[in-house]
Amino acid sequence: MKSLSAALISGVLFGLGLSVAQMVNPLKVIAFLDVTGFWDPSLALVMGGGVLVTVLLFPWIQSRPQPLWAPRFNLPASAAIDRKLLAGAILFGIGWGIAGYCPGPAIAALLIHPAEAIPFVLAMLAGAWLQPRWFGR
Amino acid sequence: MTEFTPVTALLGGVLIGTSAALLLLSIGRIAGISGIVFGLLPGGPSDRGWRMAFLAGLLLGTLLAFPIPGLAFELREGFPLWALLVGGFLVGTGTRLGGGCTSGHGVCGLGRRSPRSLAATGTFLLVAIVTVFGTRHLLGVLS
Repeated sequence: MKSLSAALISGVLFGLGLSVAQMVNPLKVIAFLDVTGFWDPSLALVMGGGVLVTVLLFPWIQSRPQPLWAPRFNLPASAAIDRKLLAGAILFGIGWGIAGYCPGPAIAALLIHPAEAIPFVLAMLAGAWLQPRWFGR
Repeated sequence: MTEFTPVTALLGGVLIGTSAALLLLSIGRIAGISGIVFGLLPGGPSDRGWRMAFLAGLLLGTLLAFPIPGLAFELREGFPLWALLVGGFLVGTGTRLGGGCTSGHGVCGLGRRSPRSLAATGTFLLVAIVTVFGTRHLLGVLS
């Protein structure tokens, strides 16, 4: 129960953060990416604020023998900068630039702007489901 | 066109970072939204509980914040369906292939000082900037 409550509270904080920063608004995201237009640098500060907290707290958290309510840390195993990583980042960047949604804001927008978020999220799930079937794991 | 909002951007970012720190401290998980969501797809791992709880919280937090004065925004209207579908499909394919998105590689990966995440974040940011330039300015197909 403790671990589920922690995940729930963590999700609430994430949703609050996205909303406070207005990252749920795809026009604000595109205004950041549109460096030759009416540039809105806000997204850089959102990333910066997030990384500021993680870069300060993650080393301390990871120095603990285990998480509070789980037997071990579940961290990404791969450190490789390979073709899969870069091809994935390129495809993601194209999709992000086209629509203005990345996965977090798209999920958050499901209840705020369903007319856009539902088709986007369904297509995103389809892409993610098909990916290992197309390119192999 | 949107206004530069440094204070709320920084505050929102700190909330997102705090969310990621809480998830790692409590259950040892990385707050990467693409990974959390895709773990719920058929054939995925059996640890659905925390994933569902986190995503329920994400929706709840967004709803709680939306009525706060100054946070509501005008919804984008008339954006073409094809762009949502193509964009969504590429985001799903790309984040799964690349093992993360803005939160997993960006906020968490950079916090872990992972060169892999730095490479991914630099790449998808640059490609997204080029894509916006291409679609909005060169082709003029989207606004």
